[in-house]
Parts: sequence; structure tokens; C-alpha cells
Amino acid sequence: MALDRSDIEKIAHLARLAIAPEQTERYASDLSNILDLVAQMDAIDTSHVEPMAHPLHMAQRLRPDQPTESNQREHFQSIAPLTEDGLYLVPKVIE
Amino acid sequence: MQWETVIGLEIHTQLATQSKIFSGAPIAFGAEPNTQACAIDLGLPGVLPVLNEQAVTFAVRFGKSIEAEIAPRSIFARKNYFYPDLPKGYQISQYELPVVGKGQVEIVLDDGTVKTIGVTRAHLEEDAGKSLHEDFQGFTGIDLNRAGTPLLEIVSEPDMRSPQEAVAYAKKIHQIVRYIGISDGNMQEGSFRMDANVSVRPVGQEAFGTRAEIKNVNSFRFLEKAIQFEVERQIDLIEGGGTVVQETRLYDADKDETRSMRTKEEANDYRYFPDPDLLPVEIDADFLARAIADLPELPDAKRARFQADYGLSEYDAGLLTASRELADYFETVARDSGEPKLAANWVSGELMAALNKTEVELDASPVSASMLAGLIRRIQDGTVSGKLAKQVFEGMWNGGGDADQVIESQGLKQITDTGAIEAMIDAIIAANPAQVEQYRSGKDKIFGFFVGQTMKQSGGKANPAQVNEILKRKLQR
Repeated sequence: MALDRSDIEKIAHLARLAIAPEQTERYASDLSNILDLVAQMDAIDTSHVEPMAHPLHMAQRLRPDQPTESNQREHFQSIAPLTEDGLYLVPKVIE
Repeated sequence: MQWETVIGLEIHTQLATQSKIFSGAPIAFGAEPNTQACAIDLGLPGVLPVLNEQAVTFAVRFGKSIEAEIAPRSIFARKNYFYPDLPKGYQISQYELPVVGKGQVEIVLDDGTVKTIGVTRAHLEEDAGKSLHEDFQGFTGIDLNRAGTPLLEIVSEPDMRSPQEAVAYAKKIHQIVRYIGISDGNMQEGSFRMDANVSVRPVGQEAFGTRAEIKNVNSFRFLEKAIQFEVERQIDLIEGGGTVVQETRLYDADKDETRSMRTKEEANDYRYFPDPDLLPVEIDADFLARAIADLPELPDAKRARFQADYGLSEYDAGLLTASRELADYFETVARDSGEPKLAANWVSGELMAALNKTEVELDASPVSASMLAGLIRRIQDGTVSGKLAKQVFEGMWNGGGDADQVIESQGLKQITDTGAIEAMIDAIIAANPAQVEQYRSGKDKIFGFFVGQTMKQSGGKANPAQVNEILKRKLQR
């Protein structure tokens, strides 16, 4: 499966990655190669293999419903670039 | 052209756990910003989510309540999008293999017919944080207390055909989640939020029209109005030669309209994939049995039982089973008084009116179920007339003690002493010879005058049946 320039631009935008225009072609060919590899694996008959949602053969462990965390706001906010009134401040996200 | 409306609902209900779905941070409402957001909720590097057992239990309880299949194995997925109130850059949700599969609920329409609405699925997911856009010049404030709060998203089939049906369905889901105790359903606090997928199609056409999604409606009234507006907008648009665009819209209650959120198209490309941090959830027979062991009687079953056991009308039974608290209250009154029909009348009449008028919740009612039962017993044994019983109720409501105490202190005891009533009536007959003459010459209607006089004379306390009987006897003579 071949990805073109516009596919790469779209994927990069969705992942919020900045890709220099001159790199786009290389990413397109690298990612296409990966998809080709997947296609190759897809071609193998796996009807006798049990589907796998996770590499570990275990079920999710469950946690009892008890609050165990205490307030550490000061601690967490000491590494935040900007806070006010206990809130994290970010550049305005609404037009 | 005749149009048909097609509606499906997605309901996010907040689960009533003590801690978050993937972390041990508490979820009390109204805490100071970011004081209930731990490293996991903040999406700090190196943390791992661990699933809250109670959240899974609640999901299973809901599934069983709508006759749904419970997936023996379900998986969590990452839903990827960027927004500052979602620190990880993805929301942990379920995509393939949700905990709860296909189920159904029944709604009763205005004309009394019962309609089945399909529930496609219900899945567990985490809530995002809250963005405050107003207070900071050029900035948005982020409060992550809500991030990681457990939600059950309940997705319906597109089975509803009018705003009223959508509201009936939403109310039914609301009733169920509160009955089974998995959510407080508090709409003001955002514990029950509805998204409506709305489309129209010409009557008789099978294919669905293009739908618009109205996001985040938090009242039943707004849900009805938002859908109503949206249906008219779409019909006007199509009849005017336009086409409906698939988009997300917001309902503005002040203007009573929906408007486009102008989201970019690719924003809906969530690129779901199984979350490698979480293993598949396995629900075995043991877990299932434990989860539903104390599942209470559901609203539909209760309504049917109230009709059968207490001889209530469908309307009264529906009214009295609206919430579990009210149903329990009624049953206590009915049982303790031995008079289910009187109990139904008093609970749905005087009690509800007093609660509404004073905006008091049932659990804070000054008149307890056993007090109301006590009053009904006094009506039944003739101690107090039905009319004066309302005064007794008022006395109890205002803190005058139980029925017997109020009857005693306010002197509301019914007069059943035949001699006393006869004496009163003799005096009235003697004082009104003209009316007596009229009655005896065949003017039956004047009888009411004598009843009125007697009741007035007795301060409303004379036993009405006795008054009638004695009056008839004495007037005929």
C-alpha cells in the first residue's frame, strides 16, 4: 500500500507533528514499506491462531474503589509553566 | 412533503464511585481546582492506569437491568485527539468489545402504547477535565479534577421518532441508573449528559437522512426543545433546496436554537486502537453473580406489582414508582395503614404538593411514611374526617407531632356522639322553620343547606354519614 504526500501531511497533522516539506517523501516511502510488511503478514493463513488483544496472557487486575491519592497540587504545579487560582493556564483554545 | 424524524441518543452517566476509573484520586463534587488530580489523571510520564472494580460492577449492573449481553471479555481503547483538558492526548474508552452489548428498554408513549427502544451498547470511559475560557485574558484555565471520572456511555439505536419519545427514553435511562444506584443522575452537576443524533427523511423512505449531533444537553426540557428546533431547521433546509451537513451542533437555551460548532473535519478521526497499558477485562460467572446480587426491583417490575398488589391505576403506579425513594415511601404508608388506595392518594396528593411547594426533598420530609400511615388509620377508624385530615397533615408538616398529637392538640376529633349531633340538628331545625317547610314540600335540594349548617355548627367535626342519616330522619318526621 502506497501512501502519498497528502496522506503523510494528514497523519502528521493529526499527531501534531511538524514535518519539513523535504522529509515528506522519505516518510511516505518508510511508512509505505511498513504497511507492505503488514500486508505480507496479512497474507499468512492465521485461521488456526487465536486472536490476541495483548501480548500478555493475563486479564486486567482490578483495583478496589478507594481513594488513595492525596492533594499534591503545589507539587504538580511547581513544574507547570503557568498557573493561576489553582488552574493550569494554556493559550486560549476557543476562537 | 411529510417528514419523519429519526433520533438516537448517547447518554454519558457519571458512575457513583468514590475514586476515579484508573487512579486512586477522589471524585467529590465541588473541590478546589486540581486538588483531586493525581499523576495518572495529569498524564505524567511513566504512570499506569489500574481499573476500578466498582466501575466494572456498575456497568454490569446496568447491562443486566436492560436485558443486555455482558461481554465475558472486553477491551479498552485509546481515542486520540488533542485538547488541553485531556492531558494524555487520548481518552481511554472502549471501541470494539464494550462491557455491555445489545439491550433494550420500554417506554410508555402519551397515548399509552408501549414502545421498545434498542440500546446498541454501553461502554466504560474516563471523563476529561474542565476548560474555563472566560476569566483569563488570552488564556484558558484548566481544572483536571474531573479528568478520569468514570463514565458509562449508553448508546441507543436510532429508534425514536419524536422529541417526546427521545425524552421518554432519556427519562427511562435516568430512572434506571438511579434505581440501581450506579449514578446520582444529578443533571446540574453534569452527572447525566445527553447527545442527540437527529435526522429527517421523507415518510416511507428507508434510508436514513444525514444526521447532525447535538452535544451536551443537560436537561430533559432542553433535549425536547433542541431536537424540535433541529428537526425544523433540517426540514426547512432541505425544502429550501439545501442539504444537511453531518456536523456537531450546540443547543443555545437562551436563543432556543442549535448552531454549528464549526469543528474541522479531521477532528473526528480518532484513530482508536487497543490501549497497551490495559489488559483485557474478563468478567466471569462469579463476578457477574456478585455484581447483580443486590440488584433492586426495577421500575417496570415495580409498576406492574403496584398495579397488581395494591390495585393502583397505571397512572398512579407510574407516578409512585418514579423514584425508588418515593416507591419505598408509598409502600411503607400502604403497608402500615393497610389502605393502599388512600395511601396512593395521600402520597401523590397532599405529600407531593407540600414537597413541591416548599421545595423539600422526600428524604427531608417532615412527615415520615409512618406518620402518614398513622393519619390514614385515623381517617379509617373515623377519628378524623377526610376533610379535617388535611389540617392534621398540615399540623404534622409544621412539626406538631404525629397524627394523634395533632388531632388532640387542635381538637380535630370527629364528633360521633349521636346525642350531640342530634342536639345540634334539633337546634338548626328549630331556627330555620322556612327551610324546613320548603324541604317538606318537596324541595330536596335544600337538604344541602342543613348539612352545611350542621357541619358549620360542629366546626367541620361532625361525622358526615351520621349527620346525613339523622337529618333525613328528623326532617321527614
